[in-house]
Amino acid sequence: MLKSSFSYKSEVDSKMENEGSRKPTSRFSLDTNFCEIELQNPLVLASGVLGVSVDLLKRVVANGAGAVTTKSIGPVEREGHNNPTVVEIENGLYNAVGLPTPGYLNMDEEFKRWSEIKVPLIASIYGSSIEDYVEITEYIQKYKPAIIELNISCPNKEDGMVFGTSPNLTKELITAVKASSSIPIMPKLTPNCDNIAEIAIVCEGAGADAICAINTVQKEILHPKLKVPLLAYGKGGISGPIIKKIALEKVKEIRDAVEIPILGIGGITHGKDAVEMLKAGANLIGIGSGVYFRGMDVFKKVCNEIEQIMKKEGIKSINEI
Amino acid sequence: MHQTCRIKQIIRETPKAVTLIINGKINYKPGQFIMLWLLGIDEKPFVISYLEANKFGVTIEEKGIFTKEISKIKKGTKVGIRGPYGNGFEIKNNSIIVAGGLGMAPALSLIKKIKNSTIIQGAKSKKYLLYLKNKDLLKIIEKNNNKIIYCTDDGSFGIRGFVTNVLKEIITKQIKTVYTCGPEIMLRKVFDICEKNKIECQASLERFCKCGIGICGSCAINDQLVCKDGPVFDSKQLRKLTELGKFARLKSGKKVKIEEYYNYRSK
Repeated sequence: MLKSSFSYKSEVDSKMENEGSRKPTSRFSLDTNFCEIELQNPLVLASGVLGVSVDLLKRVVANGAGAVTTKSIGPVEREGHNNPTVVEIENGLYNAVGLPTPGYLNMDEEFKRWSEIKVPLIASIYGSSIEDYVEITEYIQKYKPAIIELNISCPNKEDGMVFGTSPNLTKELITAVKASSSIPIMPKLTPNCDNIAEIAIVCEGAGADAICAINTVQKEILHPKLKVPLLAYGKGGISGPIIKKIALEKVKEIRDAVEIPILGIGGITHGKDAVEMLKAGANLIGIGSGVYFRGMDVFKKVCNEIEQIMKKEGIKSINEI
Repeated sequence: MHQTCRIKQIIRETPKAVTLIINGKINYKPGQFIMLWLLGIDEKPFVISYLEANKFGVTIEEKGIFTKEISKIKKGTKVGIRGPYGNGFEIKNNSIIVAGGLGMAPALSLIKKIKNSTIIQGAKSKKYLLYLKNKDLLKIIEKNNNKIIYCTDDGSFGIRGFVTNVLKEIITKQIKTVYTCGPEIMLRKVFDICEKNKIECQASLERFCKCGIGICGSCAINDQLVCKDGPVFDSKQLRKLTELGKFARLKSGKKVKIEEYYNYRSK
């Protein structure tokens, strides 16, 4: 595995420390380590939210994220679905954006600027074939992302979930990408399968360095009055607090099945949710819809709330949870 | 989730624009936008042009997908509405409003709130000047002690020439703010004139919008989200927007020159 030398402080944290507005972190440390990459806190911007450009990712870092994930990068330019693609529902968001991407060959200008991001950057990628994943992995490696996330679980593309629901295809994919990657790889798993633990075991066996779970929970919701699908695509995935319970269950199932680290995602909006996610077995915590529910500074807010909980429970380091 | 409303009336404004008058109540501040869902067609952001207690209107340019679909929309059709979203204008009297083409739509609700100000409205020719026959608008302009100057590219109505030329002539140190809405290349010029004259500018921007609620990132301009941080940006913010009038993103997220973006949008 690549020995990484990431050890960054976000601009905001250094600024806050200089201004003395944040209590010294020596007593309560949020520092953590994931695939031998150091992070100043365990909160990660989840893929699909805001990650279209380096400028936006930098703003998320300034708002306290410990690491950031790009929007999933695909093999060729793709527009995604027509609107409505994202709709607010009670306690959650419902989306079928459909993996829009400029295509990796149109993105050099963005890739070249990845080095400006002062926290570990997770490059999320997707493809329609194993060759797609391998080609994109080989291409983006030179821009040195900290981790490559393999989105094998998007429910909103015609063929997106085939990999993530099939143990055989997943094994073949991970083996091929691992052989071509000098950077840690992390498949993102779907809860919309028979046995997520089985898929996780296959990933670990094929050489995955970490697991990311969960992607959105697939649903077909109709508008109660208009009696038509709420999203133009007809179906979509739900995220936000409404799926927290499912996410915690799935992460626990994965934790019981594999040794490799887990980036736990699903409905985390507050410090107490983040602590629950860590207790379920996650090593890092992803936040996506939380940006909608609490604003872009959700990362700063959740960090502060985790510190409060640690203080109350007498926990000195996040790694003790 | 969308609230459901019905289209009450369809007004033909110009050969290229119609206004849909929609039944429903909305708590709206000029400059904000709503997401209007025409079922089976598309959902897009629109500012509100007409606003009354129990109905409101959106003015739609017939381009892209709407060119083909607008004729299918009938009185009584159910539509879905989300919002309003975004920040809206900060209202200051003794100002100038510069509106080009369909940019008159966001200006319309602003005109009703503002006093002692001048509106400069421009279009290609007389038949493309929005709301020209709207008698209520002229009454409101008079009532609020505002005045309106028309410009057309071909001189078929009002002054022959561009709105920016008129702005250069009438801008003075006493002007509180220059509001501007319309094509981005025009916005860029208006902003530059404001900077030169040290007058505050509030510009209403447009980008390809998907979620409308600040999470998908498709409407990004530099590190700002037009849907959530805007759509109205003031001079302090505009100075940081190096992509203004230069670059925008397509539906795929691909960053392209603004001219290419406009070509894409008009297809």
